[in-house]
Amino acid sequence: MAYNLKEEMNKAERFHSGHRLCAGCGAGIVCRAMMRAVDPEDRAVICNATGCLEVSSFQYPFTAWEDSYIHTAFENASATASGVEAAYRVMKKKGKIAENENVKILAIGGDGGTYDIGFQSLSGAFERGHDFTYFCYDNNAYMNTGTQRSSATPRFASATTTPSGTESLGKKQNQKDLTQIMVAHGSPYVAQTTLFGNMKDFHEKAHRAIYKEGPTFVNVLTPCPRGWQYPAQDLIAICKAAIDTCVWPLYEVVEGEYHLTYEPKKKLPVEEFMSKQGRFKHLFKPGNEWAIEAAQEYVDTKWEELLQKCK
Amino acid sequence: MITKAKDINEKISWKDLTTGCEIYEPGTSVLTKTGEWRVRTPKWVVDKCKQCLLCAPYCPDASIPVEDGKRMEFDYEHCKGCGICINACPFDAIVWEDEAE
Amino acid sequence: MSIRERMSGNEAIATAMRQINPDVFAMFPITPSTEIPQYFAQYVADGKVDTEFICVESEHSSLSACLGAEAAGARAVTATSSAGLSYMNEVLYVAASLRLPVVLAVACRALTGPININHDYSDSMAERDSGFIQLYGENNQEVYDNYLMAHRIAEHPDVRLPLMICEDGFITSHALENIELEEDDKVKAFVGEYHPENYLLKKENPLAVGPYGVSGYYMEARVAQAYAMKNAKKVILDVAKDFEKTFGRSYGFFEEYKMDDAEIAMVIMGSSAGTAKACVDELRREGIKAGLIKVRVFRPFPGEELSKALSNCKAVAIMDKSEGFSACGGPLFAEVSGACINMDKRPKMVDIVYGLGGRDFTVDAARSVYDRLSSIVETGEVGEIYTHMGQRE
Repeated sequence: MAYNLKEEMNKAERFHSGHRLCAGCGAGIVCRAMMRAVDPEDRAVICNATGCLEVSSFQYPFTAWEDSYIHTAFENASATASGVEAAYRVMKKKGKIAENENVKILAIGGDGGTYDIGFQSLSGAFERGHDFTYFCYDNNAYMNTGTQRSSATPRFASATTTPSGTESLGKKQNQKDLTQIMVAHGSPYVAQTTLFGNMKDFHEKAHRAIYKEGPTFVNVLTPCPRGWQYPAQDLIAICKAAIDTCVWPLYEVVEGEYHLTYEPKKKLPVEEFMSKQGRFKHLFKPGNEWAIEAAQEYVDTKWEELLQKCK
Repeated sequence: MITKAKDINEKISWKDLTTGCEIYEPGTSVLTKTGEWRVRTPKWVVDKCKQCLLCAPYCPDASIPVEDGKRMEFDYEHCKGCGICINACPFDAIVWEDEAE
Repeated sequence: MSIRERMSGNEAIATAMRQINPDVFAMFPITPSTEIPQYFAQYVADGKVDTEFICVESEHSSLSACLGAEAAGARAVTATSSAGLSYMNEVLYVAASLRLPVVLAVACRALTGPININHDYSDSMAERDSGFIQLYGENNQEVYDNYLMAHRIAEHPDVRLPLMICEDGFITSHALENIELEEDDKVKAFVGEYHPENYLLKKENPLAVGPYGVSGYYMEARVAQAYAMKNAKKVILDVAKDFEKTFGRSYGFFEEYKMDDAEIAMVIMGSSAGTAKACVDELRREGIKAGLIKVRVFRPFPGEELSKALSNCKAVAIMDKSEGFSACGGPLFAEVSGACINMDKRPKMVDIVYGLGGRDFTVDAARSVYDRLSSIVETGEVGEIYTHMGQRE
């Protein structure tokens, strides 16, 4: 069914107001959109890793979720989801859940709970092939504890454990390419998206992921105004810059086949993305031009690799 | 045991807490009025609004209600005033209240 | 009719699981508990159960998957030992605080280091504050019987706590012994189906599990959990009563062996009790008033009942099969001596740490303990309160 914003927005809300995420937090937008991608007649169970989203969306006795929700710990959202999915299968088999009832099992975590501490359980659940969709709201650092670097933090970003200083230009390593790693697991559907102005790309990918049988993965670049140091209202502009500079390309991998879902008419230089955020401020001081060049070179190489795969 | 979130507060006895601090109803977060956090307030300029709805999904706080395909007035009880909607609007139909003429 | 069989503790646990036919079994292997999921995998392969058997990538995940399954509305089980239990540590506390009645079989084994695969209680004792109910068995029969009672205790609405079934690694888990098994349909009828009131997959209303709890709620939540553990005492006895009525074997919080007129006694757990009982028999033949208490239920700890049972003794040795590194005694000693603190007349007490990492415990060793108790009674001198036994000097 073709995407229709009006129809989407007419749907009943499944991630409610009153949650305690910071003003302008991208994760709130992600959760609302994720839940709109579950068909209204279907129920969902959300398995959430510890993080900003968890402490903000279910603070006793206030849950922001319309659907059932479980948080157990930081590193085990995928393992918890595996258990929910196993229970769903066996309860259907035993007739405890009616044949025509459809429950979608979703897991969601930040980059800390996904790229790093939760990676083992994520990898295990994907190898086992549980029928669930994992959404990562990748905000490029451990934001719940105050912007410590993660393996998703891009090179040269200043984080509180990789601060810029007289001897440092921020994080030394490039971002781990988790999306590719999830493709390598043989997942039937893996995609990258972000919040760049319309919701069609996000919605279609989320819907495909949720309704594709097997373990599927959606990686969402999700700005954090505090951690990235930009005015909250600029979220869309930053995401747009991320896709136009190819820092965060939009693509999906369906049964191993790569599809680019957005190709910028004119690929912009990485400065367009970096200059909007305080975490890269130090790169724009005289003498640090080499760092921006290195960042550009890395983005160009990754982009070329992706184009090859999408051919 | 008190089961309804609206009746659970920091004055009730431990005996009245739900087992394992579970909650058995949806969306109880609406009871938290996050509108109190707001420093600046976005204002909907109805005359300029083309009802394109681009703003609605971009509100992290579900504070731009949509009914029958049309956006309604802001839910100021929950809007935190982040201003994402201001930049989402292509028609200048949302402005900061303190900058409105 | 009971069925006379011969099998190991691991097979007895796997058999109980097969009879109960849990909804989900999430496993990760570790010696000496590995056989439990192995036996069970064969039941799955042969269509004897309709359990979802998932082979996860770690113990942290096996218990996490059990929590997801249990919260979703399914009966979930797992098994582990030693480092595996330690790796679960974080999730054990989560299970108890979420009040999810998962049943976990533990073939108790030493913790590293040095790395060692043999029996002691360093793994299960390290988790004594996790909020799990802990039932210990002396032999395969007790372990099997404990397992048949486990789900009913854990899932009782007044309790709703996870439960550990502890057997001694290798000694009980691997040794073949005679056992009386019960018939499948009788076991099923005794254990019953799992019917939680609220669960994630319930159609009528959603369930939200695992919130952030501010200080205004945390204390209350923990007190509620503490009372659930208190409630477990009554439920454990009620279920045991029904078990005795159904299957004829009787269980309490602990077993009192020749305690009626005992002047000296040992408080001990697990398979070592069998050895110590042989010693008690010898001593009784010699006219020495020796007795023994074998603790079956360590959590909730039956402090009041135990102190009463010891009240007429003159000297008692608490036998700890794990080190607490407190420099003043092991975990069982801390519990028993603490439980006796307000008694008007209480026995002298010493703590003996023994049997670590599979170090043998013999009838002679038990006799040396009773000899020491006799000399305490004679001289009135306790001597060193906290000592080790069985190590080379």
